[in-house]
Amino acid sequence: MTDQTALQYTEEHEWIRVDGDVATIGITDYAAEKLGDVVYVDLPVAGSTVTAGTVIGEIESTKSVGELFAPVDGEIVEANQAVVDSPELVNSDPFGEGWLIKVSTTSLPKLLSHDEYRALVGE
Amino acid sequence: MTERLSPLDGVHRAAGASFTDFAGWQMPVRYSSDLAEHHAVRTAAGIFDLSHMGEIVLIGPESAAALDFALAGKLSAIEIGQAKYSLLLADDGGIIDDLVVYRTGDDRYMVVANASNREVVADELRARADGFDTNVYDESDDIALIAVQGPASREILLATPGFTIEGGHPDGEDVPEALASLRYYRAIAGAFRGEPVLIARTGYTGEDGFELYIAPEHATALWEALNEAGAAHALVPAGLASRDTLRLEAGMPLYGHELSRDILPVQAGLGRVVALSKDGDFVGRAAIEAGPAADAPVLVGLAAEGRRAGRAGYEVFDGDGADSARVGVVTSGALSPTLGHPIAMAFVAPDAAETGRELYLDVRGTRVPASVVALPFYKRTA
Repeated sequence: MTDQTALQYTEEHEWIRVDGDVATIGITDYAAEKLGDVVYVDLPVAGSTVTAGTVIGEIESTKSVGELFAPVDGEIVEANQAVVDSPELVNSDPFGEGWLIKVSTTSLPKLLSHDEYRALVGE
Repeated sequence: MTERLSPLDGVHRAAGASFTDFAGWQMPVRYSSDLAEHHAVRTAAGIFDLSHMGEIVLIGPESAAALDFALAGKLSAIEIGQAKYSLLLADDGGIIDDLVVYRTGDDRYMVVANASNREVVADELRARADGFDTNVYDESDDIALIAVQGPASREILLATPGFTIEGGHPDGEDVPEALASLRYYRAIAGAFRGEPVLIARTGYTGEDGFELYIAPEHATALWEALNEAGAAHALVPAGLASRDTLRLEAGMPLYGHELSRDILPVQAGLGRVVALSKDGDFVGRAAIEAGPAADAPVLVGLAAEGRRAGRAGYEVFDGDGADSARVGVVTSGALSPTLGHPIAMAFVAPDAAETGRELYLDVRGTRVPASVVALPFYKRTA
C-alpha cells in the first residue's frame, strides 16, 4: 500500500514520488474516479525529453479523454507497459501498479503536499 | 439554477453513486464501474433511474387524432397497451424530439420525452392539440421511471413480490403469465403493493427489459424491492454512462447527438417512423415530402480497430493524406465494451456512406481508419 502522504501532487491531479533523481508519476484516485473506467493509455517512449507543463500523453475512459501533463523537465526513463496492456490498473491501483512514467530530473518545481492536494479536491 | 433531484436520490447516494448534471438534473453517472454496469446489462441485468424523463399525458375523445396531427407517426393505429417510437417534427421537418408514445386507453396516451425537451414537447403538444377535443397534461413531476434491462429482467420482475395486474388476480397469481405474454413495445397496467404502475416492455439498451412508471413517492420502495429480488440474478444499479454505451452499441439515436432540429428523419435512418400514408396533414409533412437536399449528410455506423475511439465532434475524412477531404463529423463514439473495438455514429456525405467504405477519424490529430458498417453494431441473439 502506497503511503499517499509521502507523495507530492500537482493541480492537474498527478502524483509524483521522488527517488534520487528519478520521479515516478501517475494520476490520483480522484482523477481516476472522475474519468471513469480507463480503457486506453498513450504514454511517451523511453528516451524522449519532456518539458514541464506540456501534454505528453492521454488517458481515455469510456466517457472522456484526459491529458497527461509533464510535471517536471527531464527525460523519460520508463513508461509503464503493464498499464498500456491493462489500462484498468489506473482505476484499481492508481498510486501503485497504475503508475504511468518514470522521469529522470534534476530540478523539481513547487508541488503540492498531500494536505494541500486534498484541500484542492475538497476532501 | 438549482439542480433537480430524482425521487431516488437518497437511494443513489447510499449506494455510492457518482453524479452528473443531465438536463438540469443530478443523476447517477455510475455506481462503481461503467464497464461492469454495461456488461451486467448484456449478461444479466441492470436497474436504471430514468425519473428525469418527461411524461406528457393526453386525455380526451380526440387524443388519437390530435397525436396524428402533432407527431410523425400514426398513433391512432396503435392498440390500447401498445407503444410506438415517434418523432415531434418542426414545420421544416427538423426533429424537435424523439418520443415513445403509449396508448393507455381508448381516449388516452402517454408521451415520453427526453428530459431536456420536456417543456418544449409539452408546449408543442398543447399548441398542436388546440382545436381537438383532448387535454394535455405535463405529468413529469408526478411520474418516476425505473428501468430493468438485460436478459434476466423478466426473472427479476417475477421474483419481486407485490405486483398485481389491473383487473387481474388480487394476489398477483396471474403476473407470471401476464409478463410472459407481454410482447416488446407493449405495456400493461398494474400495481405494486396497491400503487398504480405501468409495466412496459421497452428500453434503450438493445436488451430485453422493462420500464416501470410509478408515482415518485413509491419509487424507492419499488427500487429496493427490485434490487432485493435481483440480487440472486446479478442485478446491479447502472448509471447514465453505461446507458450511453449500451444504446450506442444498439445503434439507437440520442437527441442532441444524432437528432436535432437541423436533421430530417430520413437523414438519421428514421424515414420509416414518418407515416406519410396517414390521412390528413401533420406538422412537418410538406417538408418531409420534399425531402432533404441531395447532398445532405446521412447517419452511418463506423467501426475501427485498436482502442482509440472517435468521439462526438471529431471530424471524418476520406483519406489520411494532406489532400484528403472532410466528409463528415462523429455524433457519438466510444470503445465498445461488448465488441472490444471503437464504434461511432457519424453524419457523412451521401457519396461516402456506402457500407464497407474506408474513412478516417481525426482522433486529436491522428487519422484512424474506420469502415462504414450497418447499424446496429450489436444485436442480441435471444
